[in-house]
Amino acid sequence: MFVFSQGVPFLAEAGSSFLTGSVWLPTDSFAAGAWGIFPIILGSLIVTLGAVAIGAPLGIACAVFLAEIAPPAVRRVLVPSVSALAGVPSVVYGFFALLVVVPWIRGQFGGFGTSVLACWIILSVMILPTIISISTDSMRAVPREYKEGSLAMGATSWQTIRSVLIPAASSGIVTSVILGMGRAIGETMAVLLVAGNSVTIPDSIFAPVSTLTATIALEMGYATGAHQQALFAMGVVLFVFIMILTGLANLASRRRVTF
Amino acid sequence: MAAKRSEMVPMGLLWGAGIATLVILIVILAYILSKGLPLISWHFLTTNPGVRGQAGTGIYSTILATVAVTGVALLVAAPLSVGGAIYLNEYTRENLLRKVIRQAAEILAGIPSIIIGLFGFLFFVIYLLPYTGGWSVLSGGLTLAFMVLPISLRISEEALKAVPGELREGSLGLGATKWQSITTVVLPTALPGIVTGLILGMGRAIGETAAILLTAGGALGVIHSLRDPACPMTLYLYNILTEYNDTTTAYGTAAVLIIAILAITFVTDWLMNSYTKKLKGL
Repeated sequence: MFVFSQGVPFLAEAGSSFLTGSVWLPTDSFAAGAWGIFPIILGSLIVTLGAVAIGAPLGIACAVFLAEIAPPAVRRVLVPSVSALAGVPSVVYGFFALLVVVPWIRGQFGGFGTSVLACWIILSVMILPTIISISTDSMRAVPREYKEGSLAMGATSWQTIRSVLIPAASSGIVTSVILGMGRAIGETMAVLLVAGNSVTIPDSIFAPVSTLTATIALEMGYATGAHQQALFAMGVVLFVFIMILTGLANLASRRRVTF
Repeated sequence: MAAKRSEMVPMGLLWGAGIATLVILIVILAYILSKGLPLISWHFLTTNPGVRGQAGTGIYSTILATVAVTGVALLVAAPLSVGGAIYLNEYTRENLLRKVIRQAAEILAGIPSIIIGLFGFLFFVIYLLPYTGGWSVLSGGLTLAFMVLPISLRISEEALKAVPGELREGSLGLGATKWQSITTVVLPTALPGIVTGLILGMGRAIGETAAILLTAGGALGVIHSLRDPACPMTLYLYNILTEYNDTTTAYGTAAVLIIAILAITFVTDWLMNSYTKKLKGL
């Protein structure tokens, strides 16, 4: 791909200091070695893992609810709602977060409000549809006989969900979480609006943070020369993360649970 | 079956998760719509944005830009995805090529929009500058086509796959050629599914911002040709928030976007339901 042709030579030249250095001063041509994106990579990881930690339990629980418990009427409302949630443009999520979540954090906890926490909150909402829809599908694919067998043995419905349904659907659930992680790490606009985008390692969840995606989007507009190539190299790093996650998702979905 | 007392807590939590998801959606949509809907008027939709996006102006040129960019994306992606789905489903067996194409589409679907944007910037804006005019409707639309393609390809393929084999065999048995069977029997049956795929792709194109940010240019004027730079609604919303700090126009723009997305969700939901019913009736 084209992105590689621009990014890889830079990566090779800058070498490991690009990945591990912690000073990012792209427009200062005198500062040697100011191409460190370690805080940015770390920012991406912190933001993504936090969002998944909040979004995954909620999403999986909602999927169980949809697949097993919800009365048909509730399901008829909830399923289109989840797809509407998936369709809302990310910039609209960012807008909402900027006007509602950020002022709330500022009021409650001080600081600027644009922070790690704001990213976690809005990203965990944004990955819900991915997790819910894929998990629900995998739970629905569990053969009825398993559930009926379990219920017939005297297990209660919660016991059946916990020890039959979830293990049997586990490969789909894991896949959904990994894909949700991919969505979170690749998300740009919402993060760009609420992260604060300062290239430092955040010292608390109320501190601003900067991610790979947001930095690319923010600086591409004025970057030239080596700076531009550095941004492409960041794109390559992001791409590698996504490829790893896609590979893991493929592995997870291939794994079949047998009884 | 009534839940036992010891089950009340976990079952309650699961109900809670389902309701919480619904509440989150309603809160986000209701908040933006309640502030944005009152701002939408004929004046708002047909007046051009002010130079600094100030209140009292409209979003006419940005709607036009969204329509143009989305149109270009669909014009490119629709034939490719429908043709590709027909080829994959009707003309090939389950073989290596098919696996490779499907895998590639899946990977493409998972690539973050900002990376697609970087690619579009390098390829369409810089490399094909003489043809696309640099930052332009054309560059933006062609970049978006890469995001629409995997969605509509996959859904079209699913739709074709759901057409019962008996229909094809019946048609072939009556003496129709393969191509006649596809155009007169298979495609009409699968049409709702294919249209759903294209509409979902359209939704993605309308809502996309990051890729547009790097390829469309963001000029607020009314576009006259495909090679003009443009500022679709999503990008305008972002620009208002970061540069102009005018939340009034922002609410209005966001509300228009949400209405478009809700309309798309309802139409596709309805199409898919009628499609499933139709196939069941066969």
